[in-house]
Amino acid sequence: MSVLRLIWAGWKFHVKSLTLSGFFILTSVIQPIIFASVAYFMFEAGARAGTLLYVALGAGMMGIWSSTLFGSGGAIQWQRWQGTLEYCIAVPPPFLLVIVPLTLATATIGLYSLSATLLWGWLFFDVPLSVADPMAFVVALPVTVIGLGLLGLVLASSFILYRHANALSNLLEYPVWLATGLLVSLSLLPAWVGPISWVLAPTWGINALRESAIAGNAWPEIGMCVLLGGVYLVIGHFLLQHFERLARERATLSLT
Amino acid sequence: MTNLRIFFIGGYISYRALFNWMAPALYIPTMLGAPIFQILFFAYIGRYAQVQNDEFFVVGNAVQLSAMAGIYGMAMTIGGERWTQTLSQLMATPANRLPLFLGRALPLIANGIITSAFAFAVGWLLLDVTIGAEQLPALGVVVAVSAFACTSLGLVIGALGLRARDVFFLANLVVFSLLLFCGVNIPLDSMPGWIQAVGRALPLTHGIEAAREIADGASLSEVSDLVWTEFFIGAAYAAGAFVLFKLFELEGRRRASFETI
Repeated sequence: MSVLRLIWAGWKFHVKSLTLSGFFILTSVIQPIIFASVAYFMFEAGARAGTLLYVALGAGMMGIWSSTLFGSGGAIQWQRWQGTLEYCIAVPPPFLLVIVPLTLATATIGLYSLSATLLWGWLFFDVPLSVADPMAFVVALPVTVIGLGLLGLVLASSFILYRHANALSNLLEYPVWLATGLLVSLSLLPAWVGPISWVLAPTWGINALRESAIAGNAWPEIGMCVLLGGVYLVIGHFLLQHFERLARERATLSLT
Repeated sequence: MTNLRIFFIGGYISYRALFNWMAPALYIPTMLGAPIFQILFFAYIGRYAQVQNDEFFVVGNAVQLSAMAGIYGMAMTIGGERWTQTLSQLMATPANRLPLFLGRALPLIANGIITSAFAFAVGWLLLDVTIGAEQLPALGVVVAVSAFACTSLGLVIGALGLRARDVFFLANLVVFSLLLFCGVNIPLDSMPGWIQAVGRALPLTHGIEAAREIADGASLSEVSDLVWTEFFIGAAYAAGAFVLFKLFELEGRRRASFETI
């Protein structure tokens, strides 16, 4: 129970503080709206019809990935810059339970993206907002956010080992948008991209949202999101342990 | 002579500080890695949506990428001074402001050209794009003019950095907006009239149009109207930026706001 309380309190705190950041509002609302508009115009000008809800959901998920990537990728470095990393590690709860709420919060902020692109599409591009399977959609949404948040944990605990984590974040935004099929069918991409897409939660998350919103059975994709979330948690746990041990051995916790 | 020194040496030192030239680990992913995926991303959306061909997206994005260094760089050159608390000292120097800030812009224009050339090379290597070798010099001129125009827009953002605290937010917004308004990935004539009107007043739009015509075989003289329009738009933004620099410098001194973070 105390674990859940810690995660809940940490998540609430970080969601509130991220909401105050202009950068995050841009990443989460304005950037997805711009990309969604570009995509709407491209699909309207193109020959493929009936895909605007597909685009709206994909553009929203692009925003969730961006906020997770930039928020979680630099999460530990940010604590270091703020001078709070030592406290985060010294507190009685495991470091994992201190970082997980933060990475979950960065993914949660991405929900602004999805809401913004759906609303934008509905207002200006006549995107239909009817959901074929509301029950599956309501389940798919938080499961997707948690899946991405836990992927954020892997990013947070691995990027910290690389000095220029922000450059890595800049590099990884477009490739994951592409490789997870957010706006492009994976069948168009080279075959070797397939296995990469399977281990990325956004692939299953967006499929779950599309299946539940448009038609079809979303539950297998929801299950894959849960499974991948569990795998990310385990990987993140070991990476954080590795980072913590290295930082203690080399006395680099407070180095900026 | 002093002004020339400020222009060249000051610009060079500022650029090294800005992009950390000597750290490939930072430079390569940001300035060369991300552009590859931007081009692939939009080219594949184009294929999926069945709109235009690969060349359309390679040319549009390669020219647009010349804006990245100029806009982010100029925003950071002022925002970075504020962040490191050196803006007051900079404003206290007797140096002429024109060479001081234009000197910082020159390496960014060169950087934009390099990024754009790399993006064209990527398009040629990875996608279905063939541009004749005889078209490259004309394409180089168009990219250079577009990089200049975008860096001028970056100068405006940098000038706003004398007044606004979070200029990075604005720089991000402008770079993303260029994707929408300048016909980078969508034929401009298929957009609503007001978007076309805004696009025509921004850098890039005419440069991209000229680059597409050159890629299709036109000569530089045949697109000279577009290139000159792009140049004059850039010059207008540069002049506007200079006025803003003077205005906000006076305002910053009066309000003692150069050290506000």
